[in-house]
Amino acid sequence: MNGYWAVFLLPAAGAIILFLTRKNRVIGPVLMASALIHFAAVAYLLSTGYDPAAGSWICPDPPGKLFLAITSGLFLATAGYTTGFLRRDREKHPRRNDTNYAGCLLLFLSSMSLACTSGHLGLYWVAIEATTLASAPLITLHHTPRSLEAVWKYLLICSAGIAIALLGIFFLATAAGEGAGDMTIQGLLGNAGSMDLVWLKASFILLLVGFGTKTGLAPVHTWLPDAHSEAPSMVSALLSGALLNCAFLGILRGHSICAAAGMGDFSGGLLMIFGILSMLTAGVFMIRQTDYKRMLAYSSIEHMGIIALGTGAGGLAAAGAMLHTVTHSAAKGLLFLTAGKLVWMYDTKKISAVRGIMSFDPVTGVFWLGGILAVAGTPPFGVFMSEFIVLKGLLEKQQPLSVVLYLISLAFVFVAMTRLVIPMSFGRPSGNRQRPEAGKGDHSILGPAALALTLLTAGLFIPASLWKVFTRIAAFMGGSGL
Amino acid sequence: MNGLAEILIMLLMLTNFRLLGSSRLPACISTVAFQAVLLGAITLTTAGWRLSPWVIILTASTLAVKGVLLPALLRKAVRDVGISREIQPFVGFGTSVLLGAVLLSVCFIISRPFLDSAASEQSRMLIPGAMFTIMSGMFIIITRKKALTQVLGYLAMENGIYAFGTSLAVEAPFLVEIGMLLDVFVAVFVMGIVIYRINQEFDHMDTHKLTELRD
Repeated sequence: MNGYWAVFLLPAAGAIILFLTRKNRVIGPVLMASALIHFAAVAYLLSTGYDPAAGSWICPDPPGKLFLAITSGLFLATAGYTTGFLRRDREKHPRRNDTNYAGCLLLFLSSMSLACTSGHLGLYWVAIEATTLASAPLITLHHTPRSLEAVWKYLLICSAGIAIALLGIFFLATAAGEGAGDMTIQGLLGNAGSMDLVWLKASFILLLVGFGTKTGLAPVHTWLPDAHSEAPSMVSALLSGALLNCAFLGILRGHSICAAAGMGDFSGGLLMIFGILSMLTAGVFMIRQTDYKRMLAYSSIEHMGIIALGTGAGGLAAAGAMLHTVTHSAAKGLLFLTAGKLVWMYDTKKISAVRGIMSFDPVTGVFWLGGILAVAGTPPFGVFMSEFIVLKGLLEKQQPLSVVLYLISLAFVFVAMTRLVIPMSFGRPSGNRQRPEAGKGDHSILGPAALALTLLTAGLFIPASLWKVFTRIAAFMGGSGL
Repeated sequence: MNGLAEILIMLLMLTNFRLLGSSRLPACISTVAFQAVLLGAITLTTAGWRLSPWVIILTASTLAVKGVLLPALLRKAVRDVGISREIQPFVGFGTSVLLGAVLLSVCFIISRPFLDSAASEQSRMLIPGAMFTIMSGMFIIITRKKALTQVLGYLAMENGIYAFGTSLAVEAPFLVEIGMLLDVFVAVFVMGIVIYRINQEFDHMDTHKLTELRD
């Protein structure tokens, strides 16, 4: 047993405490304590550079460590908001017991942590399917017809998608032939040279389609806008900022095995095609959007597209894509939490019904407009930086067509988003709204503020040691091994 | 691969036609349960000399979950929501069977390159058989309207993948295999709860009427 077991066992223990006590008042302390301890444990494990014995099941690879850090940070940033949200929401539904809901939230964190730390593809698959099951109840807090529809799509599409990914894993095992017994990432990378290429190619396609469904890559993204818009905002933030990365990890691992087998151009090319297709699809669906949470959901599809594109191109673009996972998660966490506040203030998700946020509540207005500008790729925020590095990487690789399509879709999305959001932010406040009041012990401002700070810092200055982490991950994806 | 296993795989292929052609949910549930029994038998016949206690425990638990527990759960769901037929699917039952035959031949064609490069004496029937089961499952998910029938499609898909995995000597560690089984079980369980809620909210479980969310 090594230290990384703690990062998925601790939240699970928190969940069990909630399931057993069944008291609404323990939710806040247990959630906060779990989030803090999880964050501290992850920070400690990553800072000491501790590595489990090679080839064990719980043995995160470099991208797994990065995504684990993102997941942990984002969960901590949303934990305060979650407590406040549930308490406020129970004022409308006084007799509801939220311990199961909060417990599922912790199980969700636990399964995502397991996915990131798993060093065995089969175990990774089990964890990803567990994330679907733990997060499905989170989407439908009020059992409204719309949220039930969203949950049904999420469950069925993602389960079928992940089943295809399992077939991909079996294909990979068949490709490995003699080494089929060893499905650890390390073993597979070591065996890659002697793999059967027909099976390997088919395996990567299945992994890409399967985990791509869960990552939200077009054209298999159809569950994503519904689930993201119907879920309570902190769950949307976690789905978008943490879960999508965790699912992308599977594609990334398949890609690095392909690269190690000398098939990097094949898998990278496919990733680039899916990436550009996702960016374009997101832009098209965003332009006439009437629901601001759906707009953010399509923005997630766009950004997963950017990450897939950069990863596929490799080299500097791949390092940029890894930086982009950090900046996108921070931006999307900030935006969804702010959107949650807007839903509460205006009691609607319609873009046309929200006007004058700036004059009504300046703090929310600044977070909202600033977050949108950041996510659309405006300097000086981090997203601009990572998008720029991806662009530089694409230019270095001399991919003129993808550079052109990349820039076109970025410009398209920028126009689409700002066109929708500027009227929301300025003008006269629309009617039928409630003034936001900071309740006692409501720390929900801290999370968004921390995320905004991260976003701004990443745009201005990236420490050399952190950049080294990204280049190391890029090298891992190039097939250089652990 | 011996003759017995080939017969079992052919039976597996035939069960898919029953799934594609039947409108009655109880019949479909029994068919999926029968598939699980076939899978267990295929595992035991192909395991041969590799037969270890773990394989037996795993086969037994697969049988218990996929052959007994899940079908019982689904039958209860059929009783609770009071719907036992799939009425007017997007693709009719006769057409579904015909398309199933087309799918089967497609599976034989696309599995050809894999047969050539498959490492050992793996069955010439198994790969197309497993693929056909997966494809029929997906076909059912796409073309049927009732949420319960879609769950059956998902289970058929899982069965196909399981057939592929166990018989191609993919040996995942015992815990991982149990984890996979547990995931399928919980997935169907959660789907069952959602179906129950949908039925309460809408008085139906036709997923094609769930059209509030779209762009």
